[in-house]
Amino acid sequence: MLELESVTKRVGAVAHINDVTIRMERGSLNVLLGPTLSGKTSLMRLMAGLDKPTSGDIKFDGASVLGQSVRKRNVAMVYQQFINYPAFTVYDNIASPMRLAGIDKKTIDKRVRETAELLKLSEFLERTPLNLSGGQQQRTAIARALVKDAELVLLDEPLANLDYKLREELREELPRLFAETGAVFVYATTEPHEALLLGGQTATLSEGCLTQFGATIDVYNKPNNLVTAQTFADPPLNCITVIAQGNQLQKDDFSFGAINESVADGNYTLAVRPHHVALSADERYNVAVDVTVGTSEITGSETFIHVKALNEQWVVLTHGVHRFQSGDKLTVYLNPDYFYLFNDSKDLVKAPQLQRLAN
Amino acid sequence: MAGITLDKLAHSYLAKPGNDADFALKQIDYHWEDGGAYALLGPSGCGKTTLLNIISGLLLPSKGHVLFDGVDVTELSTEQRNIAQVFQFPVIYDTMTVAQNLAFPLLNRGVNQSEVDSRVSDMLATLELTEKANRKARGLTADEKQKISLGRGLVRYDVNAILFDEPLTVIDPHMKWQLRTKLKELHQQFGHTMIYVTHDQTEALTFADKVVVMYEGEVVQIGTPEELFDTPEHTFVGYFIGSPGMNILPAELNANALQFADQSIALPGDYRNASGSVELGIRPEFVSLLSQEQARAKDNPSCVPFKTTSVEDIGRFRIVRGEVAGHTIAAVLPEDQSLPSEPVALFDPARINVYQHSRLIKPTSMQSGGGNHG
Amino acid sequence: MDKPFSNKAWLFVLPVFLLVALSAIVPLMTVVNYSVQDTFGNNQFFWAGLEWYEELLHSERFHDALLRNLTFSAIILIIEIPLGIFIALNMPRKGVWVPICLILMALPLLIPWNVVGTIWQVFGRADIGLLGHTLAQLGVDYNYATNWFDAWVTVILMDVWHWTSLVVLLCYSGLVSIPDAYYQAARIDGASKWKVFRYIQLPKIHRVLLIAVLLRFMDSFMIYTEPFVLTGGGPGNTTTFLSIDLVKMAIGQFDLGPAAAMSIVYFLIILLLSWVFYTVMTNYGEDKPEASR
Repeated sequence: MLELESVTKRVGAVAHINDVTIRMERGSLNVLLGPTLSGKTSLMRLMAGLDKPTSGDIKFDGASVLGQSVRKRNVAMVYQQFINYPAFTVYDNIASPMRLAGIDKKTIDKRVRETAELLKLSEFLERTPLNLSGGQQQRTAIARALVKDAELVLLDEPLANLDYKLREELREELPRLFAETGAVFVYATTEPHEALLLGGQTATLSEGCLTQFGATIDVYNKPNNLVTAQTFADPPLNCITVIAQGNQLQKDDFSFGAINESVADGNYTLAVRPHHVALSADERYNVAVDVTVGTSEITGSETFIHVKALNEQWVVLTHGVHRFQSGDKLTVYLNPDYFYLFNDSKDLVKAPQLQRLAN
Repeated sequence: MAGITLDKLAHSYLAKPGNDADFALKQIDYHWEDGGAYALLGPSGCGKTTLLNIISGLLLPSKGHVLFDGVDVTELSTEQRNIAQVFQFPVIYDTMTVAQNLAFPLLNRGVNQSEVDSRVSDMLATLELTEKANRKARGLTADEKQKISLGRGLVRYDVNAILFDEPLTVIDPHMKWQLRTKLKELHQQFGHTMIYVTHDQTEALTFADKVVVMYEGEVVQIGTPEELFDTPEHTFVGYFIGSPGMNILPAELNANALQFADQSIALPGDYRNASGSVELGIRPEFVSLLSQEQARAKDNPSCVPFKTTSVEDIGRFRIVRGEVAGHTIAAVLPEDQSLPSEPVALFDPARINVYQHSRLIKPTSMQSGGGNHG
Repeated sequence: MDKPFSNKAWLFVLPVFLLVALSAIVPLMTVVNYSVQDTFGNNQFFWAGLEWYEELLHSERFHDALLRNLTFSAIILIIEIPLGIFIALNMPRKGVWVPICLILMALPLLIPWNVVGTIWQVFGRADIGLLGHTLAQLGVDYNYATNWFDAWVTVILMDVWHWTSLVVLLCYSGLVSIPDAYYQAARIDGASKWKVFRYIQLPKIHRVLLIAVLLRFMDSFMIYTEPFVLTGGGPGNTTTFLSIDLVKMAIGQFDLGPAAAMSIVYFLIILLLSWVFYTVMTNYGEDKPEASR
């Protein structure tokens, strides 16, 4: 179990990591989600022991690891760049951490072949990394991290330099591969979509602060505050400030209807996910908003419509192919059940009520 | 601005290419309309960058010609082709300010100072960079730098085409949305012919009117985003477009019905032109997971028992992976739908594509309209 | 950029500190000690205070030598830096010629100073040297032993021949690290060759160029062997640079006090000028320090 207790890292006057407390269990996959410079890499370096925190403590299985050298820590790291020994074959690359650990040849051979099989590298074992595609090179690096039997495996945007489809495949494989080893896995990414596909736990980071940590889907569905919600939104969240009176939500003279929950009267930020904006009304989607179309993007099965709604820039994500011209007037419909409300201090007061129905 | 014609174009990096496999880019014949937005989509090593380099004039093709508005430019250098390009990593002139960066291509072409000033200030406004006009370009964020490199092309009003080489690679997801939208706006505003190279389907599909899908040096399909989604002409396109990709399952074609896993699925189209072993292609979006009762109630004969292996909840939908008749398959379950405990899979017959040797078999006629969805 | 942090790192640096202390700081302190005392031999020392410094700073001999040094370094930089950049720009970036060019460039650097001096001394002689004889045949009155201008030209030629390669190799390493996309973008923007150099190549190599300038400045300012081998500082005192003067003073005349004061001043001048170069060149083109995490 990896524990960070009030860890702060300052460089000069700038806090790269600000008072982060987090606890990660063995055998768990933990995603660090946040934009560039939010502190993901800084946090990973602290976890690995490459940097020392300015204050706070880092413990592994209950004992502080601050005094220990990185080499003794049994940590494995995979980077965005594909880092392998260029002169070694794939086989030797995978075997290298085990050779360092002084494991006997037979065991090494067995483990290398098993891992290569798992990562679909068997046919490339005799090649050197530079004769492989990017995806194969990164799989070699991942294989090395896997065989090391590390207690802590850190993956820093490992798929960022890979093709879209390869990413999709590896994303599906990774959690499965890692679940079995019993190590603590930490995976940094900038992409909300990637975090969701990986599952596990997610820690959202913003400007060096940990904004939330919990089961990935829970963080997505119930972000504690607006910053987390915005970090965990792709396409971006549609926001607008409203005034609540009773359970009625109002923006100037426009009414967003009534919500089922009772909230204190006052100012709120209303947020709606783009796929919770419908192009046609029904009994649930009953709040009509007139919008002006900016651009629309068609993916073949879905359409993203960028619109101006009540002077805010919104995105509508809808099934099927819909063609609109820039400047078209349109009415979209909202379902108050799917509103997020954040109070003045940007904390969550209402999350969508998900209902799952049999079709 | 110009239309671009690729006339029997092919390229090999070898001096004396022998067979087909020696060609990094196999023969392509195509015409890109003036003012269109096109994407070249494919995995790394598929030849898309080779094609882009031929169009930009960095590479002389082994065979064939490139024509801009009917004029052969194959032998012309990059400068003479009058194009603009945005690269994967932002290329900016570090020591210049934002405004100087934008003025650079104009000053190089001897445009007079007052014209330069007015165009640069227009462009700064268009790119929403007016406030940063006098900042050194090196201190800007990646997305701002990419805007500048695009601006250096747009500021020359007369460029024949703007080429993009994976321009969003280093941009954060949130900014990707804004930059993509900006790109679309600019395309509508200026009407340049734009060619966008990427491995990212979302970028390709949302950007382009027509997407050219490439695979191992070959163009496997050119089509609108809908065509690529609805009727991929090659199983590779089915797999590559869509997330997760199309399910491809072995089946037998018999008259106008598919035999799959002891079930017979009647197809809406007329397939008398083909028979025998085929591949059934169905997108995860069109695989419904029903409970036993629902299936019985619908009285649909073509339901197949579905063994769930994993569920990935990605928020707005769930990806359910499982097995039907021993084949792995993925289904997409909308956010507000529950997953039955012992589901059966139902394929929407109108959305089934039939492939033989990886190529799409088109029905000779449709008995009832498929195609539409929503 | 963050660097790995460990207290144990100091242990690895410790030997270097000890070595530097023994080899540099202790001798330096000895020199400082000498510079404020007078001696008549016999290991008898008398306190002299800043006398030697005052004398030195008012000595014409020192002024002349200093001026010679500054002129020499200026000429060296003016010739070697542009020439080095020019050669680097014209070296091939890929193909079989790359290793050949690199080896050719590295050759002069492998030759020791005094050998270079001897080579040119012989090469320039009017009776047996190829250069000297050829020039004499052409009717050029060239003699480095008697004509101060010829001596200067020869020393400068020697240094250019010996050290331009260093500038070339440093610049070349900077140039090859520029991604192709920059050149493509510049072509698309219609930039001339000069503009490509001015706005892409120069900004990208300016850091290695800084190192080249510093190295060449310090080295040329400390020039000793070449003029010593060639003419021993002559004709007259025309190639007597600070270092030669220093040695003459310390070993030839055994004026330890003034010589020590001179080395201290010499050292301070080099330090000061290096700092000026460094500050000027690092601030060049700099906007604000970029945030890095």
